[in-house]
Amino acid sequence: MATRVLVPSGVLGLGFDRVALARGVAARPDIIAIDGGSTDSGPYSLGAGVSKYSRAATKAEWRHLMQARAEAGVPLVIGTAGTCGTDATVDWMYAITIELAAELGQTVRVARLYSSQPNDRITKALTAGQLRPLDPAPPVDAAAIADMTNIVALAGAEQIQAALATGADIVIAGRTTDTATIAALPLARGDHPGAAWHGAKIAECGALCSTNPTSGVILVDFDETGFTVEAMAENALCTPHSVSAHMLYENSDPFRLYEPGGHLDVTGARYRALDARRVRVEGSEWVPGAYTVKLEGARIAGYQTTILAILRAPRYVAAAREWTEKLGIFLQGEIAGRMGLSPADYALDFRLIGADGALGPLENRSGRPVEIGVLGIVTAATQDTAAEIGKLINPFVLHYPLTEDEELPTFAFPYSPATTDRGAFYEFALNHVMMLDDPMAAFRILVAEVGA
Amino acid sequence: MRLGDLVLKVRSKNAGPFWLTVDIFCGDAERFARVIAALDTGEVARLFATPRQMLKRFDIADLAVVKISLPRPVVQGSREDRDMHGAQWAHLLEEIEV
Repeated sequence: MATRVLVPSGVLGLGFDRVALARGVAARPDIIAIDGGSTDSGPYSLGAGVSKYSRAATKAEWRHLMQARAEAGVPLVIGTAGTCGTDATVDWMYAITIELAAELGQTVRVARLYSSQPNDRITKALTAGQLRPLDPAPPVDAAAIADMTNIVALAGAEQIQAALATGADIVIAGRTTDTATIAALPLARGDHPGAAWHGAKIAECGALCSTNPTSGVILVDFDETGFTVEAMAENALCTPHSVSAHMLYENSDPFRLYEPGGHLDVTGARYRALDARRVRVEGSEWVPGAYTVKLEGARIAGYQTTILAILRAPRYVAAAREWTEKLGIFLQGEIAGRMGLSPADYALDFRLIGADGALGPLENRSGRPVEIGVLGIVTAATQDTAAEIGKLINPFVLHYPLTEDEELPTFAFPYSPATTDRGAFYEFALNHVMMLDDPMAAFRILVAEVGA
Repeated sequence: MRLGDLVLKVRSKNAGPFWLTVDIFCGDAERFARVIAALDTGEVARLFATPRQMLKRFDIADLAVVKISLPRPVVQGSREDRDMHGAQWAHLLEEIEV
């Protein structure tokens, strides 16, 4: 049975063209699906279990989508709610949904799909040999797992289908693969499985697969042999090139995409322009495999305090590296002498902004900048220790001289206090898959009617 | 000639926290042919200080794209990371002579 999926944008919180959304709703989709996150902005969101996008932006856009859903009379699904898809961010999205239902006078049936994993479930899976490392994977043992602040499993189509089967008007899903919310309904209705996953990958970033990426809204028609994709904004075109090029995006292998229960192979896919706006794709293949779900986990790897000084004196700009090296050695002694800490107890990194701030040791160019920003980053076991080190090094970062026989220089601190406590420093701690006998074994669904 | 001056665009992106992927959009078949002839995968590996055998290279004629994926030179968000989204690594490749 043909299935029409409306994708309003690549992620909730980045905006979309509202005229294009209205065109999409008028096209009578069978479902509206949008992604709510990814790991792309780093481990903080997952580690802390918070959304990277503002609540105000999220609520404003969700309001439009809840209105679109009511108008279309079809389910609305969000995957990876609140950037990281932890239970806490699913609940955050659920609270926003309840507020909006009341404000819009809607009564809606909401299914929450939870993807967070209790640490001991992962430890048991490790013991039972059901955890497999991907390449490269951080080392994992029971202690490392116990240390993680949040672990999520990436749900696939089966879990979204289970949430839809509750009769939900709105599905708020925790961590899912980027494609699962789009592929779920076409797969449930018997459309071509290769096309379902391939079309989902093409549409998962919204209009990024078109000539006008910021317009957001994409419509995909799935059927028994393939899929057809069209951008909803007047000034956005899907061409065979714009569509096929999207397989490159944030994907290490442009022909294969691993999902729970198998992988997509697009080696044989053919992309054909139906007209100036629409592209037809056939020939993609779904290859069934073991039922595994990918895991993501984050842990606290310390606490940080930063300091930023700007060198403008030409002699110091020219000798910036030598200066930070000497300063670093001097500060090691000060920190040992005054705080009794050895270099193993903390890390103090200086980055030279204007020299190699972005690329570090891989930088192979050099030049003569007007000024250099020296960013000092302290990482220690507690915030108090990091802050204390920051305060201790502060006067030296301000005044340290290159030579002993010169008047003390004074560099530029852009603000007061010169140090900034950054709080917990999180790092990704898992790159593994977990084998499941039953797709729902690591997920749970709650259903409630909310609103006016 | 620098690679970046020859082709349409060089883009680097995270492919998850542990991988980096670099796409060289050559623009047309002629420039694609020049790039695949001139671009030595071993030299790219040296740019990223990564063993040659860790690089996956895809020469995609239909798109006139050369795609190179490798384990991220530093894991995203680790203490050593300097570029959370991994976009600056593209410039290393843009600046090589072809």
